[in-house]
Amino acid sequence: MTKSRYPAFPYIVFMTIFIVVPLIMVAYFAFTTSTGEFTMQNIIRVGDYIPVIIKSLFLAFVATAICLLLGYPFAYIMANKTSNIRRTMFMLIMLPMWMNFLLRTYSWMTILENNGLLNRFLGFFGIGPFEMINTQGAVVLGMVYDYLPFMIVPLYTIMMKMDHSLVQAAQDLGANPLQVFTNVILPQTMQGIKTGITMVFVPSVSTFVISRMLGGGSELMVGDLIEMQFGSNNYNPNLGSAISFVLMIIVLICMSVMNQFDSDDIDKEGRIAI
Amino acid sequence: MENNAIIRLKDIVVEFDGESVLRHINLDIRNHEFVTLLGPSGCGKTTTLRIIGGFVNPKSGDVFFDGKRINDLPPYKREVNTVFQKYALFPNLNVYENIAFGLRLKKVPDEEIRERVFEMLDLVNMRGYERRDVNLLSGGQQQRVAIARALINKPQVLLLDEPLGALDLKLRKEMQIELKKIQRETKITFIYVTHDQEEALTMSDTVVVMRAGEIQQIGTPIDIYNEPINAFVADFIGESNIIDGVMKKDYLVNFAGRDFDCVDFGFEENEDVDVVIRPEDIKISDPEKGQITGKVESIIFKGVHYEIVVIDGNGFNWKIHSTLYEEPGREVGLSVIPDDIHIMHKMAEAEK
Ligand SMILES: Nc1ncnc2c1ncn2[C@@H]1O[C@H](COP(=O)(O)OP(=O)(O)O)[C@@H](O)[C@H]1O
Ligand SMILES: [Mg+2]
Repeated sequence: MTKSRYPAFPYIVFMTIFIVVPLIMVAYFAFTTSTGEFTMQNIIRVGDYIPVIIKSLFLAFVATAICLLLGYPFAYIMANKTSNIRRTMFMLIMLPMWMNFLLRTYSWMTILENNGLLNRFLGFFGIGPFEMINTQGAVVLGMVYDYLPFMIVPLYTIMMKMDHSLVQAAQDLGANPLQVFTNVILPQTMQGIKTGITMVFVPSVSTFVISRMLGGGSELMVGDLIEMQFGSNNYNPNLGSAISFVLMIIVLICMSVMNQFDSDDIDKEGRIAI
Repeated sequence: MENNAIIRLKDIVVEFDGESVLRHINLDIRNHEFVTLLGPSGCGKTTTLRIIGGFVNPKSGDVFFDGKRINDLPPYKREVNTVFQKYALFPNLNVYENIAFGLRLKKVPDEEIRERVFEMLDLVNMRGYERRDVNLLSGGQQQRVAIARALINKPQVLLLDEPLGALDLKLRKEMQIELKKIQRETKITFIYVTHDQEEALTMSDTVVVMRAGEIQQIGTPIDIYNEPINAFVADFIGESNIIDGVMKKDYLVNFAGRDFDCVDFGFEENEDVDVVIRPEDIKISDPEKGQITGKVESIIFKGVHYEIVVIDGNGFNWKIHSTLYEEPGREVGLSVIPDDIHIMHKMAEAEK
């Protein structure tokens, strides 16, 4: 390395202040009592909330899967359009993100409410009303709506870089459209899939605004749980930190399991999928 | 229809963005032949291959394979395989799996795949490389893998798009010999694209010379070299002297200020023609013994022969190849026998 380290200095400072220090503080609070003595009690108490954590993981998983199923074809179609159409499509998915997150979620409330827009619309045809708000479905919907762009963007980026001559080579060797997809397109876009999953799953699993607004009080998620510990009436930063800490560990495990899926070596030895 | 035409292109027209890229291509390719499409860059060689491979649909015209019209057959159903210009090896698969790709798709049993992959590795001289990462191979090795991957399917026709373009001269010569050998051994019809006239002449049974989306001439390498149909082919196929002339009558042509006997006939009387003479067909002598006189302008040693430029009385620069040295500035005579004078119809001005 002959490159100077100085240009990296501001980033190192930034990362230390805004990433490393908070992490250390979370860990510190998680393992101490309110008076500052070491304890495992906080972590043990997290055990009470395992059902909530599992539910959060499950809802985040469902939302991520839906984002992938919607986002993948969308990104593929977008990447194969002319540059003008591409730009327009890109604008359309980015546009909602310019709006405030709370506002976006509020608007879904008014749509899904028992006498909201959707139920009134269906009422015209004599259908419903349906119980839509305050359900897990509504929470998942909100997560998909809010985080879909985080799935599409990395997928689109990698699809733009895809080597189309490989598609032709596979067709030339006798691959039908499905075989082209599994053998050429999927392996080439795997990195984008992983990035997309990470970018949707991580915020989904710890979301609290969406679950509170669209899930009502009934669909408590782990994010809400953490947020409550820092609320004014039962202030318990030690427990909050402990839940955060456990959640972080779980997410880390999820991500590393996913990244194990294909390290390049395994793939090279492995056969093609048919 | 000729029975043994494995590929037939009939009146193929291709346009990209309103720009016509292939104009009425008619071509029959016989089974087991080594056919080369030769022409300058951008003349439509790759597009012609892609028509046969199924990656481009013609605006009009038909493609036949073994007598059957295959216009609407998608690439994956065509019994042709391609060695792409940039090889297009699968970066996530090793050498073995790249070569096995076509057989895996067909769900051929492992044992047979193994046997055939090793057969191919032997054919292209890559035994021992089967576990290698294709991204770490040299250009020549990637090339061999690409050929093996295409050949393992035992296609009736192999399409090769400038497969040696990225290799250095020495490796290119070696691969030319190897490819020719593979073609002879497998008897697969090769349709080979190149812009290198020497490569085309040394490897092919039949050469198809193309220019601006049109076929100029189809023939054996010897035919194409000795009897180019027009000045473009003559010039593209090898160095030539191309000079304006007038066909006085059958077997008599006038150029460089005098009449010459020749072997061509069937032109109109006093038709303006292109006269083509190869540099190696001109003999240098003393001025009084030559048909044309001129002064030696320059001489360059080319390894096997000298390339000499002689300027005649009309200011035309004659290119001559000779094994004998001539002093620059010397007055010399030039002569050429009737057999070596090639007369061609002038190409329409617009085509030039
Ligand atoms: N997909 C395409 N879109 C637009 N123009 C193309 C396309 N493919 C080829 N062309 C044009 O068609 C002409 C012939 O191309 P090509 O067949 O690749 O020539 P060659 O292989 O002889 O160099 C070129 O002018 C090229 O720019
Ligand atoms: Mg080309």
